[in-house]
Parts: sequence; C-alpha cells; structure tokens
Amino acid sequence: MGLCPSTSSGPRSRAAAMNCRAEVLEVSVEGRQVEEAMLAVLHTVLLHRSTGKFHYKKEGTYSIGTVGTQDVDCDFIDFAYVRVSSEELDRALRKAVGEFKPPPCRPQDALRSSGSDGMGQISLEFYQKKKSRWPFSDECIPWELWTIKVNVVNLANEQERQICREKVGEKLCEKIINIVEVMNRHEYLPKMPTQSEVDNVFDTSLKDVQPYLYKISYQITDTLGTSVTTTMRRLIKDTLAL
Amino acid sequence: MDTDLSSQDRKDLDKFIKFFALKTVQVIVQARLGEKICTRSSSSPTGSDWFNLAIKDIPEVTHEAKKALAGQLPAVGRSMCVEISLKTSEGDSMELEIWCLEMNEKCDKEIKVSYTVYNRLSLLLKSLLAITRVTPAYRLSRKQGHEYVILYRIYFGEVQLSGLGEGFQTVRVGTVGTPVGTITLSCAYRINLAFMSTRQFERTPPIMGIIIDHFVDRPYPSSSPMHPCNYRAGEDNGAVYPSVEDSQEVCTTSFSTSPPSQCVFTVTKAHFQTPPPVVTDTLKVPVMGLAFSHQLSSSRLSYQPAALGVGSADMGYPVLFAGGLNAAHPHQLIGPGKEGGVPPVPSQPAHGTQADQERMCTPLDGVHYSAATPSSSEDTETVSNSSEGKCGSPHDLLETIFIRKVGAFVNKPINQVNPPDSPETESPLQGSLHSEGSSGSSAGNTHDDFVMIDFKPAFSKDDILPMDLGTFYREFQNPPQLSSLSIDIGAQSMAEDLDSLPEKLAVHEKNVKEFDAFVETLQ
Repeated sequence: MGLCPSTSSGPRSRAAAMNCRAEVLEVSVEGRQVEEAMLAVLHTVLLHRSTGKFHYKKEGTYSIGTVGTQDVDCDFIDFAYVRVSSEELDRALRKAVGEFKPPPCRPQDALRSSGSDGMGQISLEFYQKKKSRWPFSDECIPWELWTIKVNVVNLANEQERQICREKVGEKLCEKIINIVEVMNRHEYLPKMPTQSEVDNVFDTSLKDVQPYLYKISYQITDTLGTSVTTTMRRLIKDTLAL
Repeated sequence: MDTDLSSQDRKDLDKFIKFFALKTVQVIVQARLGEKICTRSSSSPTGSDWFNLAIKDIPEVTHEAKKALAGQLPAVGRSMCVEISLKTSEGDSMELEIWCLEMNEKCDKEIKVSYTVYNRLSLLLKSLLAITRVTPAYRLSRKQGHEYVILYRIYFGEVQLSGLGEGFQTVRVGTVGTPVGTITLSCAYRINLAFMSTRQFERTPPIMGIIIDHFVDRPYPSSSPMHPCNYRAGEDNGAVYPSVEDSQEVCTTSFSTSPPSQCVFTVTKAHFQTPPPVVTDTLKVPVMGLAFSHQLSSSRLSYQPAALGVGSADMGYPVLFAGGLNAAHPHQLIGPGKEGGVPPVPSQPAHGTQADQERMCTPLDGVHYSAATPSSSEDTETVSNSSEGKCGSPHDLLETIFIRKVGAFVNKPINQVNPPDSPETESPLQGSLHSEGSSGSSAGNTHDDFVMIDFKPAFSKDDILPMDLGTFYREFQNPPQLSSLSIDIGAQSMAEDLDSLPEKLAVHEKNVKEFDAFVETLQ
C-alpha cells in the first residue's frame, strides 16, 4: 500500500476532482458478517486488479508471472467467492478490514453496539504515483475508487439470523455481478510502466502477485454521529506514519 | 476485413481465442465439480499458463472441448456452449445453466492483439471465475453427490436455451473486442428451481447404487454426451486418451513497454504429453478410498475416473454413475440387496455399439453390483424399477444414472465383482457415515450386534463433575439463550433511542468548538 499524505478533502471529492472512476456498493449486514462481506468485495475487486509479477528483460520487454486463485467459503454468510492466491495480500486486506470493526472495548463507537444500528463505509482506491521534485512529496492520483457502504443491523433471534445469512448471500452475488460489469467496461487503466516506473503504478512489495497501487480507508458512523472522532484518529495515524 | 490484420496477428488472435475457449470450459466445469478450487500463484512465468492465470487443465474436459470445437473457432452464429444440468438419483434431469461463448460482427480494428486483447481475455477469465461462484448452480454443485449430480455438456453451434424453463435470467460475464469480432461470454441460468428444492431431495429415498460408468450419446441432433462434473485425481495412471491432434501449445509471452510497433510476443510449440491432471489440495480423498479404490482401479481398463466423484464436502464419499442402459439388457441392472447379489455381467454389450460415440472414458469391464445389506431398509427401491421404466425408449438411454447410497456401499461390498478388501475396514466408517445419512433409519438396523460399553470420554472426568457423557449431553442440550442476545437487552425500542438523541446531540454540539480547534492544529 502506498503512503500518501491525506488531504483535508475526503477521497471522494478528490476523486471527483481528478476525474477518477467511482463506484459505490451498499450492503446491509449483521455485525459478524461485516468482515466476510468486506473481504468478499475487496478480494473480487483485487482479483481483477492484480497481475502476475513483472519480470523485466532487456530491450524493455517484460514477462508476467502467473496468478493463482482459490475459493473461499464464508462462515456467516451463505456465500463463496474467489480470491487471488496470495497470503500476503489476504493478510493485508484482513488487517484493513479488521480495523474497520472497532474493537469491543470501545462500545460507544462499535458498529455492533447493541441497541443501535451502525453505518460505515470502506473505500478501496487505486492510484498512481506521480513523482514531484523535492521538497514536495509524491502526488497520488486516484484512477478508480470503490466505496462500500455498510449498514449494520442487529438481529434478535436465530431465525432472523438464518434468513439474513441467505439474504446477504444473495445480495453479495448481485454485488459481484456489479463489480464484474464495471470491470468489463474496459475503461481507463494505467499504461503499462517501464521498469523504472513500475512502482508508481503497481504494488511490487508482494512476492507472488502484483496488484495496482491501492489504499484502503474507512469511516464509521453510528447513529450518534461520532464519525468526527474516528476520522481524526485516522488522520493522526496517517500523519504520524509518514 | 482481415486485410488490416497482419498474418502474425491473425494467427496469434486465433490461438488466443482457441485457448480462451478451452480455458473457459475448464473454469466452468471445475466450478461445478463440487470442490473448492485452489491454484498457486507463481512469480516466475511458466509456459503453460495461458492468460497469466493458473487454471488447471483436466484432460477429459479439454478433450471434450476440442472435440466439440472440431478445429473451429467461435464465430458469428457458431457459439461454444457449456450446458450444466442436474440429474437426480431417480433419473430426473434439469438444465441449470448454459454458458455461451459467442462472437459477433462488431470489430475493433484499432486494438492491439498481442497485448490488449490478451490482457482483456485474461480479465474476462477472472470475471468468469468470479461469476461461476455466484449463479445458483454453484451452491447446488457444492452439495451434489448423494441425491443428485451435476453434469456438463459441450456443444458448438446455435445456443439452445429452451431447456432452462421460463423466466431464466442472463448474466453477462464480459466482452472483448478484437479486430475480427467481439467475443461475448454470458450465462443463462434457470431460476425456477422450485420443484428441485433441497427439501425434496431429502425426502427422496436414495436408491441402491449401481456402478456403471459409461455414457451413451443422447440421441439429439448435434448433441454430445453428458458428463459428470466430478473428478478424482491420481487414478488415471492407465488413462489413455486419443492422442491430441495438436501438441500442447506453450504460451510464453513477453510484453514490451516500448511503442506497440515493437511488441515482442512469442508463442512456442512444445511437444509434451499432457501431464496427468493433478487437482491438488482441495480434492478430498474419499473416506472409503480403501476398499473402494482398490476395486475400481483393478477393474478399470484405461480409464480416467470421471465416474468417481467426491461429493459432499463433509463426507467425501464417492459418487458413482451409471451410464446408459442398452435397451436390450434391462435386467442386468436388477440387483437388490435382498437377493444377495447378482452375477456380474461380462463386457458391456452396450459398449460395443456405443464405443465409437464414447468419449475417451472407456467403460469398466463389467457392471458392478453392490448389494446393500438386507437390513438397510432404505434400499428397497431397486434399480430395476427405474431402469425398466426408462428403457422403453432410446431417448432414455442416458437417463439412467444411479447414485450409490452411502450406507449400501459401506455395508456389504462382498457381492461386488472384484474382491474388495476386508469388509471390516468399512464398519468403523459406518458410524460416521451414517451419522450424515439421509434418513438414518438404516443406522438402527445395522447395529443389532453392538454391545453396550461404558464410555469414558476424556473430557468428562468424574472428579470435576460427576456425570457421564450422556448426562452431560442431555443436560446441556438446550442451553439458555445468551443474555446479550435476549430480547430485553437487544431490542431497545427505536423510540428510546430517538428520545436520547437530542441530549447526545447537545453534548456533541457543545464540544464542536473543541473539535474545530483540534482540526486547526493539525493543518
């Protein structure tokens, strides 16, 4: 994942300004389905936005490695999806999605706090880096933005939970079809880079696959509107991480 | 107009389309095997991974696809279709999906064949991988084995959607424009599965299974045999396929970042035998692989175990298929357990007549009968009922496919053609298998000779809690609902929430200035 300084404007307004493609998906899930639903969508998008590792040879030619795939069954949803066979990528996504659920020790802004439904959104942004001269840091230009809006519901009994399993499974099937539709439009993709530019387009840190440069950010609101707190926390973290 | 396309580009494009079609079929059939598929990423390019995707090639499927294509490529009016259908143990069948790879006339002259088209085809295959898990047939195929199986059929020509029933839905996987036309991949799937609900399957008593795995052509015009979507690795050492007419083509691609005119693309041909398929990791070895595989492999001539499936992921019991029955021999399939077995039939007479039309799956050298135990009350419905009913017309030659009932197989393999391993090896499995059996009624019948022993489970010690496993189980069978899930706490009314909102909003509004100041300090 690349590190870019966060600007004060949100990623969506930045995306609109930069004329990048933005897609929004909405799902309503129960608390324990959040992680799997997010992973399903993120992995499906990244499956389409990852290639094999590039191996540059002389004369500017390169060959591409092979991307393997594997089936993943969800435990809390009647659903299965395909992801890229890369443990590193899976770990990175799980970590990002794991942060999307606030830990239980902060019940006041937990998505699953009892008695209130929570809302949140997670954004997956693909960007290109544009090198700037010192002292300016590199610019990150997004070219595709996926936003997944999550609406967390609380269910009262097991029967409702069972129905939810099936319903959410069906909804996710629709989302996958939506994602594939977008991918199939064959709209803008960054040009294949030369060897010196490859890190500006692809994330070359993984050892088996090469996704386009991406970053994941999230926002949680519950009915009490504590989004400000979370955004602040995240901004601090990002700034300090630089 | 092909004059704009250089001959090298044209050759490359044809090759891409051909291998794309083959890989498409592989992805679709593998997605309906009922197994989780897992392939590894490799950072070093290997020559055989077309489209930079690790998609295994099941030789039987490739062979079928090549046979259907017969050297042609999808073109306008000539589509490649993969039909996925479901067949119950009673012989009812239903088409579930038709996957179509079509070509239309809309050409994209400007597109670069060796680069853009290739990468877009790769993307389309990824989309296909995703979409194949999303249609209703996927979940059905994951549960196949006991009451029904999933079959596939490949044909080339006009798309036939009539078997999908009313109101079928279509999902488009994607399109790729090429200089000779636009490739479209789509799926039409049945949604009217009402009469095939799972509940119905559970009520259907499984019939005794017969192992006949040869398939007969459907007598439809331009039809091709139906094949089961199942696969077992490692048993095909003797497999002999008609030699593939063209050698395995190796795709080594180099891409160039320099201007398109300098694009380097090499496709080399390498002669090597198609390696035996190894669908690794995720294939479950059948639980009863001991005696069962022994029996099958010894009888198999040169056969790729298309008939042996690994059904339910939970149990891993094999699913066996019976192919067609020759109308002249309806009685050969009578084999109720109660009669103590049936003499084996010598080489299938049916095979001789059908041999030409057979795909490479050469049949076993005899009909195998497995008698169910007399005590298994479920094996009442004999094969003869269905077989006689269906042997009436040649139309039904293919319709008789029988599913082995797990219990039947486990209990008494003695009457089978080939001497199995000792039946005692199966009885320990009996308990675990029967625990998931369809109605479980057979379980009681076969346990007459069991002796009650004092069961001392490791986890239930006397000194901590003086109870035995049974008591423990009974006592904790109905636990109380978790307090966090109980209605009182969990369902605060919306009204209460709304009432408390104004106060909370007021608190936050009071702090707004602090928040703003904080933000200022960050900027």
